[in-house]
Amino acid sequence: MPAKTRYSIFSLVRNAISYHENWEEAWRSPEPRPEYDVVIVGGGGHGLATAYYLAKEHGITNVAVLEKGWIGGGNTGRNTTIVRSNYLWDESAHLYEHALKLWEGLSQDLNFNVMFSQRGVLNLAHSPHEMRGLARRVYAIQLNGIDSELLNLEQLKAYCPLLNYSPHARYPIYGAALQRRGGTARHDAVAWGYARGADARGVDIIQNCEVTGFQISNGKVNGVETTRGTIRAGKVGVVAAGHSSVLADLAGFRLPIQSHPLQAAVSEPVKPILDTVVMSGAVHVYVSQSDKGELVLGAGIDSYNSYAQRGSPKVVEDMFGALIELFPIFSRLKILRTWGGIVDVCPDDSPIIGKTPVEGLYFNCGWGTGGFKATPGSGWVFAHTIANDRPHPLNEHFALERFSGGHIIDEHGAAGVAH
Amino acid sequence: MLLIPCPFCGPRDESEFACGGEAHIARPTGTDRLSDAEWADYLFMRKNPKGVHLERWVHRLGCRRWFNLARSTVSHEILAVYKMGDPPPASLAGEEGKRA
Repeated sequence: MPAKTRYSIFSLVRNAISYHENWEEAWRSPEPRPEYDVVIVGGGGHGLATAYYLAKEHGITNVAVLEKGWIGGGNTGRNTTIVRSNYLWDESAHLYEHALKLWEGLSQDLNFNVMFSQRGVLNLAHSPHEMRGLARRVYAIQLNGIDSELLNLEQLKAYCPLLNYSPHARYPIYGAALQRRGGTARHDAVAWGYARGADARGVDIIQNCEVTGFQISNGKVNGVETTRGTIRAGKVGVVAAGHSSVLADLAGFRLPIQSHPLQAAVSEPVKPILDTVVMSGAVHVYVSQSDKGELVLGAGIDSYNSYAQRGSPKVVEDMFGALIELFPIFSRLKILRTWGGIVDVCPDDSPIIGKTPVEGLYFNCGWGTGGFKATPGSGWVFAHTIANDRPHPLNEHFALERFSGGHIIDEHGAAGVAH
Repeated sequence: MLLIPCPFCGPRDESEFACGGEAHIARPTGTDRLSDAEWADYLFMRKNPKGVHLERWVHRLGCRRWFNLARSTVSHEILAVYKMGDPPPASLAGEEGKRA
């Protein structure tokens, strides 16, 4: 495997001299081989991170990532790029905090600028009751050693002056929870950086290759059927987001997952005006400003099941209503585009990461509306689970068996609105 | 936006309705003898087909009555509407879960 040229100011200058016509490809597009040690189904951020950490942490490099479309074309390129770890329960807090710590060194680790910007994430409270709920969560998070603080109205006004603080607002603002280490990252760059890093370690990234079935004998997986032929593998990791149920059906077991559209939008670009991430559960919107100057905002899920990557206009309309409630100044902004992705929602709004009833087949799914923030940690624990055939302590509570065992990890408060 | 034909009120805008998820889930009998896995199947496991889905809707801001609806989760096309307690129409036999 030829070593990749390091990205640096020098490689930038060198390529500028040749008019940027000689950049090497970031990853190869090889023909699939007939057999691999591990096949990862799904070339989104989580799947690519899994392949990257399989190679980097566990020395397993005979790996293929099968992507039915193109890298970064699914939910990885459709989310609102928010990263945070302010979850209530110990299990989630440790998992998301592990991811956040990986985020903090990710650009250096990958030698790819993922534009991770720790600009702070606000969760607004619009009533004294919501303020008490936030206080409970903030203190629980602090007990887990994770940064989180409660802002009263005066502190919030100083931190984010742009919000509508009128006491006559329909949903007046009382205060907020703030995680200063939270922020945003460039979503495409995360997929591209992991793809490049995995490829450099020998992983084959195979695009336009849809899995249409599993080869299973005596309860053990032996490979996958794809649109580009049969590929044998002793271990198969499925990270297919919205299509997890479809693949579980092919493998012969059920998941507690429902696929819903989740919609988002960006405005026309404007000069820097919002330097943090603002989320509100009560009026239901989350918004930040991208480095290009666009406001990036997201809605709640559409209530019906769908695989169509589009939802109903009323959900988008509600999202804009919520935005104007919080920021009347944005009322004249034009919207550039809206879009939808398909998210796999679990009954407890927590993911499923672990083994399945089929030996050698592992699922990482159910991230619902908030998987992007977990990308590095998700790949890291899933790679550990596949390499050792048992979960890491960080994800052992996120097994499929929790739904029959009763140990539900109810994160509706932390995940239900804020993504 | 869906135009949903309420069996009691006629076609109305989706914003008047709420979706209640998978239809025809029967509460199991003999609950004192159910295993944890059987309880989990009833409480949490759900069909999630890429294709025809049988689901319940309620006309929340209208007649406030529940009904069943067959809809494609790929095209969002509504294929049939029928009352609670009724079986799916014969025209849908074998269609559930298929791409439409």
